[in-house]
Amino acid sequence: MKVLVAVKRVVDYNVKVRAKADGLDVELNNVKMAINPFCEIAVEEAVRLKEAGTASEVVVASIGDKSCQEQIRTALALGADRGIHVEAEGRPEPLEVAKLLKGVIGSESPDLIILGKQSIDGDNNQTGQMLAALTGMGQGTFASEVNVGEGTVQVTREIDGGLQTVELKLPAVVTTDLRLNEPRYASLPNIMKAKKKPLDTVSPADLGVDVQSHVTLMGVKPPAERSAGIKVESVEQLVDKLKNEAKVIS
Amino acid sequence: MKTLIVAEHDNQTLKAATLNAVAAAQQLGDDIDILVVGSGCQAAADAAAAVPGVASVVLADNAAYENQLAENVSLAVADVAAGYDAVLAAATANGKNVMPRVAALLDVAQISDITAVIDADTFERPIYAGNVIATVKSSDAKKVITVRTTAFDAVPAEGGSASVQAVDGAHDAGVSSFIGEEVAVSDRPELTSASVVISGGRGMQNGDNFSMLEGIADKLNAAIGASRAAVDAGFVPNDYQVGQTGKIVAPDLYIAVGISGAIQHLAGMKDSKVIVAINKDEDAPIFQVADYGLVADLFAALPELEAAL
Repeated sequence: MKVLVAVKRVVDYNVKVRAKADGLDVELNNVKMAINPFCEIAVEEAVRLKEAGTASEVVVASIGDKSCQEQIRTALALGADRGIHVEAEGRPEPLEVAKLLKGVIGSESPDLIILGKQSIDGDNNQTGQMLAALTGMGQGTFASEVNVGEGTVQVTREIDGGLQTVELKLPAVVTTDLRLNEPRYASLPNIMKAKKKPLDTVSPADLGVDVQSHVTLMGVKPPAERSAGIKVESVEQLVDKLKNEAKVIS
Repeated sequence: MKTLIVAEHDNQTLKAATLNAVAAAQQLGDDIDILVVGSGCQAAADAAAAVPGVASVVLADNAAYENQLAENVSLAVADVAAGYDAVLAAATANGKNVMPRVAALLDVAQISDITAVIDADTFERPIYAGNVIATVKSSDAKKVITVRTTAFDAVPAEGGSASVQAVDGAHDAGVSSFIGEEVAVSDRPELTSASVVISGGRGMQNGDNFSMLEGIADKLNAAIGASRAAVDAGFVPNDYQVGQTGKIVAPDLYIAVGISGAIQHLAGMKDSKVIVAINKDEDAPIFQVADYGLVADLFAALPELEAAL
């Protein structure tokens, strides 16, 4: 079984992102970039499937400018076998990323495609579902457990109020939630080995996709500030304030 | 502007999140229909018809839609969406699962998790875990939108009398099936719609200590939540998580206990009307958003609070 994993290069999750002074975009100069945490979980799940003997090959794809090869190398160091870099300028939108990934699926024919449920920059939570729609595949979104069977995969999903399990025919799309697994750290020898693993570059045109834009970013602003209130001295004072000042309890 | 709302329901009842989506739709225009896709869901459709300001309810009732499988439901929604300028749903787990699939079928972008409507094409939505609010403009003729429910006050559930029109046709994509569901049964209100929420963080130290929140929750008729740190540490199940990647809540009263206040968590609760923080670290960022802060050891403060209520 072949597994395709899509990864995205995003601002490191420790960076506190701010609006630029002109308010047109966020400040991304000289900030640390990393593999999107949900995508890292996707890589880990694929590598575990390979270690369990379920998967025979793990291919990792990323879409973006040349710099995202860094994140492909990270995935290769975590255990993926080879990389595909789809070279695209700017920030392709989820629908366009889904179309490009559909193109990759066309040439790779994977049995299972694993993506993160959302990227921590755009917070869109769309690409996996869109990819499943465009390819007519079943989708197991927000996965907390993945069990591959004969020609099928059972996915336990995090839903409001609990968990749901669905069975999908392969090939299928899975998107990862936080608790699917805990990704490993890449060891130094594996980082060195990853440098020698194959990494192909393709263009959107190679995949037959004309990348469009549907949404324009008009500006960004900080969220409405909530001013700090007061410190109370005791539980007694707290209850009094809640009853008589805020009037939220009786 | 003709707007279609995809209802959130369990085949019997209409979920309150639908009422927030209607409120967002009202800012786009007055011509609003609700689509109920399900199985044996006439009761949910009747409830949708009672929502004031709704012109008509479209009912797609078929066994293929019983468990809201996205592969099947999205085909039904995309079909009905042909006659509308915008399709909206609440950004619940179900809305997030189904709507991007609908958007892709319609070959348009989805605008996720909107928190404000500027005009028919322009919306605000939080990005970067809520660190910034983006204003985005869509150039698609047809909009597919999910709505952050806490940003729009729900419309009333009763008072309207829309007609219900059933549509024929069953869409079964045949690629997925429902195996089972484990949904926590609780006498407490649902986290996303409770008027009081009490959440515990890493400061709770272990899962057993969450029982200290239960007595207070019982007295306040509150839902219990948790920070991502507490969920990751295995103190409580996943569906307790409040935050940008978990549940977004905006109760009248939010009590954060032993929660430091990472931006990820704040993004999920900072629209609460009144925020109380109990933490022994007086420099914890949670105090910067709290209306009432109590610097105290939670293990002393919680029993005292329970006794005082």
